[in-house]
Amino acid sequence: MADRFPSPFEMATPTGAEGWEELYGYSTVFSEDRRELEDSMFWFMDGVHTPEVVPPWDATVLDYAITYLSAYTTRHYVIPPALGVDIRYLNGYMYLSPVPVADPEEIGARVPEFAERAGFYFANWPRLYDDWMVKIKGVIAELEAVHFEALPHREDMAVLTEGRGIGSGQLMLIEYDKLVHLTSKLWAHHFEFLNLGYAAYLDFFGFCKQVWPSIPDLAIAKMVAGIEVDLFRPDEELKKLAQLAVDLGIGDRISSDAAATLTAMDADDDGKKWVSAWETAHDPWFNFSSGSGFYHSDRVWADYPDIPMNFIESYVAALGRGENLERPKAAVEAERDRIVAEYSELIDDDETRATFEGKLGLARTVFPYVENHNFYVEHWGMSQVWGKMRQLGQVLTDAGFFGQADDIFLLRRHEVPEAIFDYFHGWAVGVPSRGPQYWGREIPRREAILNALRTFSPPPALGVPPEVITEPFTVMLWGVTSDSVKAWLGGDDVPEGQLNGFAASPGVAEGPARVILSADGIADLQPGEILVAPLTAPSWAPVFGKIGATVTDVGGMMSHAAIVCREYGLPAVTGTAYGTKNIKTGQRIRVDGNTGTVTVLD
Amino acid sequence: MPDQQHIAWFDRHDPATEPVLGGKNTSLGILTMAGLPVPPGFAITAAAYREAFRDSGIDGTLAAMMADLDPENGVVLTRVAAEARATIVDAGLPSWLTDQVDGAYAVLSERTGQDEVPVAVRSSATCEDQPDASFAGEHDTYLWVRSAAEVQAHVLRCWASLYTDRAIAYRRQMAYAEDTAAMSVGIQQMVLPRASGVAFTLNPRNGDRSQIAIDASWGLGEAVVSGSVTPDNYLVDKVIGQITERTISSKGIEHVLVGDRVVEVEVDEARRDVPCLSDAEICAVAVLARRAERHYGCPQDVEWAIDPLLPEGENVVLLQSRPETVWSRKKMAPHASSADTFTSIVHNLLHPSGTQSVHLH
Repeated sequence: MADRFPSPFEMATPTGAEGWEELYGYSTVFSEDRRELEDSMFWFMDGVHTPEVVPPWDATVLDYAITYLSAYTTRHYVIPPALGVDIRYLNGYMYLSPVPVADPEEIGARVPEFAERAGFYFANWPRLYDDWMVKIKGVIAELEAVHFEALPHREDMAVLTEGRGIGSGQLMLIEYDKLVHLTSKLWAHHFEFLNLGYAAYLDFFGFCKQVWPSIPDLAIAKMVAGIEVDLFRPDEELKKLAQLAVDLGIGDRISSDAAATLTAMDADDDGKKWVSAWETAHDPWFNFSSGSGFYHSDRVWADYPDIPMNFIESYVAALGRGENLERPKAAVEAERDRIVAEYSELIDDDETRATFEGKLGLARTVFPYVENHNFYVEHWGMSQVWGKMRQLGQVLTDAGFFGQADDIFLLRRHEVPEAIFDYFHGWAVGVPSRGPQYWGREIPRREAILNALRTFSPPPALGVPPEVITEPFTVMLWGVTSDSVKAWLGGDDVPEGQLNGFAASPGVAEGPARVILSADGIADLQPGEILVAPLTAPSWAPVFGKIGATVTDVGGMMSHAAIVCREYGLPAVTGTAYGTKNIKTGQRIRVDGNTGTVTVLD
Repeated sequence: MPDQQHIAWFDRHDPATEPVLGGKNTSLGILTMAGLPVPPGFAITAAAYREAFRDSGIDGTLAAMMADLDPENGVVLTRVAAEARATIVDAGLPSWLTDQVDGAYAVLSERTGQDEVPVAVRSSATCEDQPDASFAGEHDTYLWVRSAAEVQAHVLRCWASLYTDRAIAYRRQMAYAEDTAAMSVGIQQMVLPRASGVAFTLNPRNGDRSQIAIDASWGLGEAVVSGSVTPDNYLVDKVIGQITERTISSKGIEHVLVGDRVVEVEVDEARRDVPCLSDAEICAVAVLARRAERHYGCPQDVEWAIDPLLPEGENVVLLQSRPETVWSRKKMAPHASSADTFTSIVHNLLHPSGTQSVHLH
C-alpha cells in the first residue's frame, strides 16, 4: 500500500490543455514559488461540490466561498483546532486542503477566544438569525435589481436634464462590480452561521450516539428537523400544483413538456387558474437549482420549466395511484413530539435527561439555519448570480464579442471588466471594439482546453495524508476520514469489481446500474435501476421513489443520498470515490448497504 | 384465598395469585390481561403442588433428602436427584387435582374449537425469572401434549423437574432455600410457528435502550433458545421503528412437528439462507416486545412466534416475557461529562468522529 498520493507536481497536463493555469487565479494554482509547502500538504478533490471541471468564471464563486469559510474559522470565531481551507485548481479540478492548528498548546490557547466569539453567537442566535434573514434577503433583492442592457445609441435626455454626469458605459462597469461584490457577500453570509450550526447539531448528534449507540441518524434528524423548511418548499410547491391539477380534473394535461402543458392549460378557465398558480410559485421557489449551485450550467427550474413540470407529472401519477402527498403539519409536529418524548423516557436519570433537553434545544435553535441557508444562498442567490451574468453575456454576444451568452463564463472575473471596457470604449469613441476578434479566437481556444481537461481523471487526493485525519471540517463537511484515505490509497485490498464506501443506508439490492453525472441525466432513470452518481442533491428527491438503490462517489453518513435513502428504505453506499468511474450504465451491480460494499456482477 | 387456588386462567389473572404462579405463568397472565396476543391457557399453581405433596406426605421425604445433600459431590447428587424425581412420579397426582386439570383442559379444548387441543406444558418454578436470576432453561418444557392423560403425566414430569441435578445445584449456588422452591405448571395452547425466536428490548451488545434486538429462525423457538442454530438477527429502533441492522444467517436446523412429535430436522436448502421474517413481521415483533416492556416498565426478554394459522398483521404471538437480567443490573451511567454544551462542542471539534460528517450545502 502506498503511503502517499501523487505529488501535484507530477500530474501531467492533458494533451490540448496546455496553458490551462491562466484560466485560474495565480494564487490558486500550484507553482514553483510555494512548491515545498504545497508538496508537504494533503489535498483532496472536492467531489461533493465540484465533481467536474470548474469553468474560469465559476471559480469566482468557489474562491469567495472557501475564503469566507476560512476567514470565519480563522479570524472571526477562532475555531480551536482549525485554520482555514486552502484551495488549488489542478487540471481544472478543485482540490482543498484544510489546515489544522498543529500545536496542541496553541489549540488550548484558542479555546477561550472561541468561547467568547462563538459563545456570543450561540447566546444571541435567534436575534442574529432574524437579522441574517433580513441581510440575505437584502443581498438577493440587490442581486435581482442588477441589470445589464446594451449601451444606448444616445444617452437618455434625463442624463442631461438631471445633470447626472456619468453615463451608461461606466454604469455597466459599476453594475458588474456590484454583482461580484454581492456574490462575495452571499458567501460571507453563508458561512456566518454554518460551522457553528453544524457544531451545535453535531454536539446533540454525538450525545445521542453516546446514550444510544445504535440510534439511527434519521431518528436524531427527526427530533431536530423543522416542520416548515424553506429548502423543501420548492418540492412542496410542485406537490401542491399536482394536487391542484388533480382537483380541477386536468391532471392529464400535464406532461414533461412544459410548453405543451401550458398551451393545453390555456384552453379553459380551470387551466388558466392552474397556470396562474404555476406562475405564482415561481417567485421565489423556482429559483431552485438541479445541481449543487456551484456551476453556471446547473439548471434552474425557472429557466428549465421542463424539470419541475416533469416532477409534477410524476406527482400527478402518484396521486392517481391513490398516494397521499400531503404532510399534515399537525401530524408531523405530533410525531416529532412523540419521538422526543419516547427517547427522553428511555433515559434513567434526571441529570442526563436535562442534558438531552438542553442540547436538543440548542440543536433546534441552530437547525433552521442549517436547513434553510441552502435555499437562500445556493439556490435563490446563486440562480440570480448566474442569471445576471448570462444577461451580461447576452449583451456582449449581441455586441459580437461572443457566440453565445454562456461564453462569458470562460472569462476570469477580472477579465470581464476588461471586456466591458473594450465595449464601452468602442461605443464611446465610435469605432469597432477589439472584442469580436480577440474573444472570437480566445473563446474557442479556452473551450478546447476545458474539453481536454475533461478527459483528465482526477485522483481523489494529492500529497501526503496525515497519519490520522483530525481536522474537524475535513471530517464534518467533506466526510473525508482516515478510513476513506486508506481506501483511496488501496490499503483495503479490495477485490476487482468491488468498491467500498460508507454503509449509509441498510439493505441489499441488485439491479442494472445507471451512471448519472449531473441532474440533466435523471430523466433517463428507469424503475428499479440503481442510481450511480457523484452525489445527489435535494432537487433529485422525486427519483428516489423509483430506483432500487444508490451509490455515490462522495459523502458520508449524513450526505443527502444517505439521508434520503434511509427515509425511503433503499440501500445506499456513499463515498465510494470511484463509483461513477468503475461502474458502467447497464452493468448489473449489487449494493450492500449493510457492509458498504458495491459489487459489479457482470 | 387466591393463593390457595389450584387452577389460574391467564385471562382471569389475579395479582394475588402471583406468589403461587412462578415467573413464567405470572407473566403470561399479566401479558394476557394487558391485551397482548398470548395463546390461551391456564396454570396449575404451586399451591396445588404443595398441597399434593402434603397429602401424599412426600414433602417431608424430599426435605430429608435435600437436607444433607452436598451438591459438590456429583455422584451423590445424581443419585439423590433421581430418587427425588422417582418419589414425585410414584406419588402421582391426587384425584382432587386430576379432576380440576381435566376440567380445565376440556374447557381450553372447547374454547379453541378442538377435541383435544395440543398444548405446551411448561414448568414455572416459584424461584424462576427473578430479576437477579433467570433460571433460564433449568426446568422442563414439553411440547405438543395432547389428551387429558398426557397432560397429567407431563404435569408430574414438570413437578419432578424441580429436582434435576442442575436445578438442585443451581438453587444451592444461588442460595435459594429449598422450602421456597415450588412448581407451578402452565398449560397453553400450542402454536406451530412458521418462525419464532426471542427479542430483547435493548441491544444486548451495548445495552442501548433505544433498540430492540430480535433473533429469529425457522420453526419452533427451541432452536433459538437452546442456541443450536445461528438465528437471523435484527436491530429495530424502538421509537421510529426503523430496522437499523439485519444479519441473515445460514439456519441449518429447525424444530418442527413430524407426526405427533416435535423433532429437529435440517432446513431445506431453499429456505436456509433467506430471511425468515418479512419486514412487516420484524416490526410487528418489535412492537409487541415494546408493548411488553412498556407494560412492565423495564427492559424485557420475550419469546415470540409467527402463527401461520392467524391472518397477516396479527400473526405474531407472545409466548413469554421476563425482565432482562444482564444490562438491567447495570445502571445507565449519567453523561454529565458532556453536559456543558460549549465544552462538548470544543471536544467534538477536537475529536471528530467519522460517522458525524454532514453535507456542506
